[in-house]
Amino acid sequence: MNANPERMTAGTAPARNGIVMDCQLEKVFYGDFLAVRDSKVPIEKNKITGFIGPSGCGKSTVLRSLNRMNDLIPIFRFQGKVSYHGQDIYDKKVDPVVVRRYIGMVFQQPNPFAMSIYDNVAFGLRLNGFKGNLDERVEKALHGAAIWNEVKDKLKNSGLSLSGGQQQRLCIARAIATEPDVLLMDEPCSALDPIATRRVEELMVELKEKYTIALVTHNMQQAIRVADTTAFFGVDISQGSRTGYLVEMGPTKKIFEEPEQQLTRQYVRGEFS
Amino acid sequence: MSATDLAVESAIRDLETTPAPKPSLHRAPLELRALKSGVLTGLTWIAALLASVPLFSVIYELVVAGGSRLSWETLTALPPSAFDLGGGFGNAIVGTLVMVGIATLISLPLGILAAVYLAILDPDSRLAHTVRFLAKVLTGFPSILAGVFVYAVMVVTMKTYSALAGGVALAVLMLPTVVLAAEQAMAMVPKKMKDAAYGIGCTRTQVIWKVVLPTGAPGILTGAMLAIAGAAGNSAPLLFTALFSDYYLRSLTEPTASLAILIFNFSGMPYENQIQLAWAASLVLVLIVLVFNILARIIGRQKY
Repeated sequence: MNANPERMTAGTAPARNGIVMDCQLEKVFYGDFLAVRDSKVPIEKNKITGFIGPSGCGKSTVLRSLNRMNDLIPIFRFQGKVSYHGQDIYDKKVDPVVVRRYIGMVFQQPNPFAMSIYDNVAFGLRLNGFKGNLDERVEKALHGAAIWNEVKDKLKNSGLSLSGGQQQRLCIARAIATEPDVLLMDEPCSALDPIATRRVEELMVELKEKYTIALVTHNMQQAIRVADTTAFFGVDISQGSRTGYLVEMGPTKKIFEEPEQQLTRQYVRGEFS
Repeated sequence: MSATDLAVESAIRDLETTPAPKPSLHRAPLELRALKSGVLTGLTWIAALLASVPLFSVIYELVVAGGSRLSWETLTALPPSAFDLGGGFGNAIVGTLVMVGIATLISLPLGILAAVYLAILDPDSRLAHTVRFLAKVLTGFPSILAGVFVYAVMVVTMKTYSALAGGVALAVLMLPTVVLAAEQAMAMVPKKMKDAAYGIGCTRTQVIWKVVLPTGAPGILTGAMLAIAGAAGNSAPLLFTALFSDYYLRSLTEPTASLAILIFNFSGMPYENQIQLAWAASLVLVLIVLVFNILARIIGRQKY
């Protein structure tokens, strides 16, 4: 079988067959508050899809809708569809807990458990009743998160004893240990210093070989550096409240250099934030 | 230009041209504020010393008066009758440990489960607010009332004083301490840690069992140990529930000896031997409480 040439070339229009998750969000409410509306965000396989936009534009809400993390907020309501391998994850028959085992998440604040480094990484595997060689999988995940060399001699130490950047890479190791299909990253570098940020960015680019990544970032430079596709969200204040929506989405180069929408152009030029 | 303007101008010129006087950075111990500070610091020292006087004098007294009678015999023998010499309080040590054990078996699971509800499942519900309020009220509950309550509920219905009733009375006293300490320990587990657990695909039960309880365990155990230590030394709730016995425990449904009641009984007797034993029993009780406190500190140390 020939590889789809379109898929192999960065910067071309997304190929429909490479879409792992197709988010067709109609409306998202928190109580009566319409937080996000009308956003169709396809997530392509083995690519990094960046979500950018001003604060309050709903980019994190959309990301957290992709693994039903928002269900933990009792007043959250989702209208629309998110198809994942042809199944709508918001279907009544779907168990959100199972969804989250396939669609992993890395959070804004590094959040290792109060356990040893080893147990942090093994956590998800044990949860799923993994029967194989645990040591091997833990090591593999730590290698995958580019932190093995720093922690290999102190796997028994607390995950909380690491620096912020190391903690975040440990959390990435924890998330990839179960080999999820998709990784959702919600501003994973916002609590990190520039050097740690650079390491995590390099890591994301390596990880997309195996995983599909959706990344929320506040930092436009970061989107330019790592995202293949970028979705720009804006805030609609015309109805008297603040509702986020997808303004436009396309190859990162196009969004930053020749966007179709005036609003996108103003945002990427830094005219508002 | 008015005179004031001129004066201001010359003042500004002065500021610009004359160098600022060199500030003195030396200590001035006789300055008023330094004196005040010294006096207040001294007062806090004295208060801290005075606060530890009762504890140390009690321990000193116990060691001097009770230490001499401490021996294998006193730890194992049965209490002597009126004019006997020797004897001990082995049955009271066993009774205290058994009743505290029963109380722990009841109050710990119940308290931790209640705390899970308060801290995680429904922290803002009306029930949670009510329970929290009642638990706080109950921590200041006169312990003798716990005894009276259990007397009415268990001793009267079972028609006998018993270790079981004593254990339940102690459990009533321990429960609020356990609930509140466990709730606080669990509420202090950071939200981001719970999010991580949900994000990796934990059910709510798994989040509680695998993340919240282990992370909060040191705090929960510290609270439990303190509750146990408090219960071990309490005599009032046992007066109406376990009463006393001159023999070793054979069944949980008969009157049972305890250190606290033995001290209460023997210290009022006119016999030198019994009074000495009361002192020795007090020392043993303090040692038991001390051991639980030390255990609480060791277990409560944060592992990760």
